[in-house]
Amino acid sequence: MSQTTTEDVLAPLRRAFANDAVKVAVMYIAIWVVFYAFGDHLGYGNSGILSLVRRVTFLAAVYGIVVLALNIQWGYAGLFNIGVAGFMAVGAYTVAMLSSPPAGSPPGLGLPLPIGVLGGILAATLVGLVAALPALRLKADYLAIVTVAISEIIRITYNSPAFSDVTGGARGFGNLPTSPVEALLLQDPTSPASEATSLGETVFSFAAEYGISQFAVINTLYTVGVLLVLLVVYLLLERAGKSPYGRVLKAIREDETAAQSLGKDTQNFKVRAFALGCGLMGLAGIVWFAMGPRASVTPQTFRPNITFYIFIALIIGGAGSNTGSVLGGALFASLLFEAPPMIRSIIQETFQVSANPGNLIEALIPIASGNLAPLGGFLLNNIDSLRFIGMGILLVVLIQRKPDGLLGARKETAAGVPLTADTRPDTGRADADAAAADGGETDE
Amino acid sequence: MSEDDAPGVADADIPDDVDVPEDVEPETMDSDVEESAKTVPRSVPLRVEGLRKEFGGITAVDGATFAVEEGSLTGLIGPNGAGKSTTFNCITGVHEADAGDVYFRGEEISGEQPHDIVERGLVRTFQIARQLGEMTVLENVMLAPGGQQGESITRSVLPGTRGRVVAQERELREKAWETLEFFELDHLATEYAGNLSGGQRKLLELARALMTDPSVLLLDEPFAGVNPTLEEKLLDRIHDLREQGLTFLLVEHDMDLIMQNCEHVIVMHQGRVLDEGPPERIKNNEEVIEAYLGGEV
Repeated sequence: MSQTTTEDVLAPLRRAFANDAVKVAVMYIAIWVVFYAFGDHLGYGNSGILSLVRRVTFLAAVYGIVVLALNIQWGYAGLFNIGVAGFMAVGAYTVAMLSSPPAGSPPGLGLPLPIGVLGGILAATLVGLVAALPALRLKADYLAIVTVAISEIIRITYNSPAFSDVTGGARGFGNLPTSPVEALLLQDPTSPASEATSLGETVFSFAAEYGISQFAVINTLYTVGVLLVLLVVYLLLERAGKSPYGRVLKAIREDETAAQSLGKDTQNFKVRAFALGCGLMGLAGIVWFAMGPRASVTPQTFRPNITFYIFIALIIGGAGSNTGSVLGGALFASLLFEAPPMIRSIIQETFQVSANPGNLIEALIPIASGNLAPLGGFLLNNIDSLRFIGMGILLVVLIQRKPDGLLGARKETAAGVPLTADTRPDTGRADADAAAADGGETDE
Repeated sequence: MSEDDAPGVADADIPDDVDVPEDVEPETMDSDVEESAKTVPRSVPLRVEGLRKEFGGITAVDGATFAVEEGSLTGLIGPNGAGKSTTFNCITGVHEADAGDVYFRGEEISGEQPHDIVERGLVRTFQIARQLGEMTVLENVMLAPGGQQGESITRSVLPGTRGRVVAQERELREKAWETLEFFELDHLATEYAGNLSGGQRKLLELARALMTDPSVLLLDEPFAGVNPTLEEKLLDRIHDLREQGLTFLLVEHDMDLIMQNCEHVIVMHQGRVLDEGPPERIKNNEEVIEAYLGGEV
């Protein structure tokens, strides 16, 4: 009796959870709650908790955007692009060159930001096309080599002293455009400490009542903007994926010859998917690095390791699923970048770990005498390096145990209409059409 | 659809149904089939002339020349390595032939891309079924039709045009269900194609090819690995479709099957056409028997 009632309670919950929007919302709220608890436990003030949650949200959102962009290439069309960092660099550098103030060093063109952003996306798309047109005729492995090479060529070119008048060379592009939030709230957007505009005055004084600084307000509003960009990119790719276009891309991933023999011009589809993905990577590079709280356009920012983080995030979420991409990006960014230092602080505070051995040997020797504290201290102090080892282990386990991804489904249907239930028009079972319309994958 | 696009052969075209009183469309193999073929000249949708394809030092196809008649079920046989599959690949643009021409409804199609050839109405299936494993059966079938508006990103994404894409998808889904019912695959519609049995994959491949709305179908060993019951079912479907006016060229190793079902048989050996004609003639050809039973393969 009690069992049936619990099932009755759980059934609508399970149905709600099949909805993609609910999944994403639950994931984000869970991350916020966990990090709020971290901050609260460590005695951060309102401002501290806000900036912690804001940092996690920002990383989760930018990872979401770039993982979505990679998903259309790799998850849908099976195009193995490991030059993600390079395409992000093109977007970020281009917007900096176009929209930075001409007075700074290196000088920008001072064009309005929307033109700069559009230019950055177009430049990334064009570089993607230049790479794709010859390379897409190659097999997957060779495409991977070409893309990683292009990514490095882009980085080294920006790094080169020969172009340092335009790119800033190894020191990077120090003169970055101001974000729309700064332009809206500050009288002199180039200096974060300047006088507020009338709108800024209202917002800042409201925040000040909760002890939140002007600086935190700007970054928080910018992060909300990034979340909106993520939403738009998600909706765009969700529509592109759940359509005949996405269906052909998946067919190419499964078997390109079969797709050709059904009359699909696969080369054309691949080029379009690659260009779309590269353009969105450029957009991700812009919102992530060209402005906002993590603004830093230097050649070091765009090293290949960032590409591999993005791949890990996509694999965690489940390649081939847009929702999985957003979830994977959020989970990866919070777990890898923000959670370990929090956990370290909490453990250190709770257990009073004070030992601080200089190396692994010094940490291991006391174990013989039954003293585990030095090892614990060593692990905690080196959590920044160790988390990458942990990520590697997680990746190996995931690929072995859950090749379809932890959260998403590679097998998401690609059609403009639901296909999951019996949708025959003449059988009277068509009401299943409506039930499946919210994308429920009941037959998995 | 492409029958209308070929003005050169329109006058010789025999309509799909029995509109022309002289021409009795053959339903089974009997002797008057050849009679009618002789008396009424039938159009030739597919013609191959002097086709040649080399791989390194091996000449897989060495000057093959043959023609496939409208509405026929033509068999293409030959021992392993005779060049049947390579011929298929050259006709459908998967390989580029080194020499020779392929004509489809009077127009030369040699060197065209596979997808262009499909658009003309010449569609093939593969010896090893190429199901798209991580897509459902219904998705597999809905992939095939040409002219899908939603294959454009902008039309799929923009609010103004998305409605039309969805409407077309709804029509496609209806047609897909009909096709799946025709092949008795409807109970598997939501199953992933990778989970189907070998025989079901062959059925799916034929269903998918049919969704492209072809006028000539090239089937590469459609019965290989298919159990007798399913083979019977597949054959029934092929005969049904032929009655609706489709033309078939069929590669097959089962001689009995070819002799009982095809009205015209082409024998290939070492890249050349050894002989062609009605089954009776092929059965009694010494060279053919030699090629299959003895000689170097």
